[in-house]
Amino acid sequence: MARAASPLLVVEDLKTYFFTRRGVIKAVDGVSFTLHTGETLALVGESGSGKSVTCLSLVRLVPEPAGRIVAGRVLLEGEDLLQKSAAEMRRVRGKRIAMVLQDPLTSLNPALTIGTQVREVVRLHQGLRGTPLRERVLEALSRLRIPAAGTRVGHYPHQFSGGMRQRVSSAIALSCAPRLLIADEPTTALDVTIQAQYLDLLKEVQASAGVAVILVTHDFGIVAAIADRVAVMYAGRIVEMGSTLQVFDDPSHPYTRALLRCLPDVGPRREQLVEIGGQPPDLAQLPRGCPFAPRCPERQPICEETYPPTVHVASDHVASCWAVPASKARA
Amino acid sequence: MKLEAVGLKKYFPVTGGLSLSRARGWVKAVDGVSVQVVEGETLGIVGESGSGKTTLAKLFLLLERPTAGSLFFDGKAVADFGRDDFARYRHAVQAVFQDPYSSLNPRMRVEDIVAEPLPPDSSLSRAIVAERVGEVLQLVGLRRESAALYPHEFSGGQRQRIAIARALVTYPKFIILDEPVSALDVSIRAQILNLLKHLQEKLGLAYMIISHDLAAARYLATRLAVMYAGKLVETGECDAVYAEPLHPYTEALLSAALPLHPSARRQRIVLSGEVPNPVNPPAGCRFHPRYPRALPQCRSQEPDWKEVRPGRFTACHLY
Repeated sequence: MARAASPLLVVEDLKTYFFTRRGVIKAVDGVSFTLHTGETLALVGESGSGKSVTCLSLVRLVPEPAGRIVAGRVLLEGEDLLQKSAAEMRRVRGKRIAMVLQDPLTSLNPALTIGTQVREVVRLHQGLRGTPLRERVLEALSRLRIPAAGTRVGHYPHQFSGGMRQRVSSAIALSCAPRLLIADEPTTALDVTIQAQYLDLLKEVQASAGVAVILVTHDFGIVAAIADRVAVMYAGRIVEMGSTLQVFDDPSHPYTRALLRCLPDVGPRREQLVEIGGQPPDLAQLPRGCPFAPRCPERQPICEETYPPTVHVASDHVASCWAVPASKARA
Repeated sequence: MKLEAVGLKKYFPVTGGLSLSRARGWVKAVDGVSVQVVEGETLGIVGESGSGKTTLAKLFLLLERPTAGSLFFDGKAVADFGRDDFARYRHAVQAVFQDPYSSLNPRMRVEDIVAEPLPPDSSLSRAIVAERVGEVLQLVGLRRESAALYPHEFSGGQRQRIAIARALVTYPKFIILDEPVSALDVSIRAQILNLLKHLQEKLGLAYMIISHDLAAARYLATRLAVMYAGKLVETGECDAVYAEPLHPYTEALLSAALPLHPSARRQRIVLSGEVPNPVNPPAGCRFHPRYPRALPQCRSQEPDWKEVRPGRFTACHLY
């Protein structure tokens, strides 16, 4: 893939903590990554691994006052979003960064027609009125292939099927030509055949609009299908990141390897799934060293003492594991 | 032992408008399904939401009364069941549901949850019940001492183990698994799928796994039944169906499932449209509006259910 000189998004050492009665929950604990225009980065991990909080931090929608971004930088085209005022952030959200959430039935307002909901965004961010506004709304809906957009604008969300609703929320998200689209489990509520329709459409629209996508998912099938790069998250940190092929062909972190082995596949039948023992960790009581150590088959004494450094396995493929340098010395 | 459905139908009335008590139409949730599960096998039932999978499970669990058709247990029709037969059936056929957060009563101790399927008529002494509960808890990989705890003290995967223990407490022959791993974290799914497989080998159970997760169904199932809009479109040995689907819907459904490797990005058959409205299903074959190469008879005539190859059944005009 051709890379622009400077990345679209640079996230540096982002930390978002929740201050609760149970203690400090380190939901995101030092996440760094970069994203280029037109690229799709998948954030994969289990529930509680910090994928969604990472995304909410990028648009500064972490639920306050319990949640706070305590450190880090989020540079969108060179500007630090964490330094912006609330009013400035409102102009970023929806215009330069758009979001699509898991359940379109809860992200759309049931009491407003979908036309009103698309119009609101376009009017606010582009200042259009009258006929140009109406045309832009229809264009946004047609681009996501909503049939008979002209009559559908007068319909309410409940009159749409699940797949169509997700297209409507994507149409809203893409209506102002954002630079970055954050899609948080966009197909989890959809059936497989509808998921296939949606992913194909997303890819097509992404290619034509040149928008970068951060895709949050727990489904490695979706990652394999559409992501250019993958970041695997565990307990608030990225444990491995690389191109999709690198991560699938040469998974370097034991957690990534374990995840890829423990899933049933639709391809060749797996006779026995290799289990990952234990439970995902309690974020309020993280162990001192690597949080995966208690479940890790390749655990060493040092793993329980110190969090491992991030090492390069190959160019543009990193992993945070004490076992990596030993086994990957050739790189 | 065998559990068999013959021409099973379940229609739900659609009411509303001015005539609240009268049906304006019928939702044909299950519309003539014939399927059987024999001892020791696993039947996977796959299909999209709204295809009637869960209604079929409820019919098998006697939670819904069929509109037409019958259910046979060991050759005897459920319609002819006496009191003892019902008790025997409920012991032999148990269920595990999708969400272990809502399927376990938060105010009950694990021992009471697990013992609940046992007969309430105190024919069993408390000591025997406690022993049996401890035994099934160990079978599913929990400690006996867990019996005194409440569901909130367990993680999602452990809760699903409790739900499985509850299903095992009556020494069942059949367990109906309705999306057993869909609500669990990916790293926990393998634990539960392996446990189910292990229990099946150890106890000789038969499973009916209902799932939209084609990979999970494939892992457990020996036979597969594909449902679409209330009807079966295809059944056969699981491996054979995955290797060579006969019905165009099965082919499209399987191709929409995403393989776990980027280089396996294969040609997907992307279906246009959605599952039809079950109140007013299309005439002819219910799949024809989404099938670009439909024949004239697909639009007018409902295809017969036939054995196309040994052990492979489908309802399709192409065969």
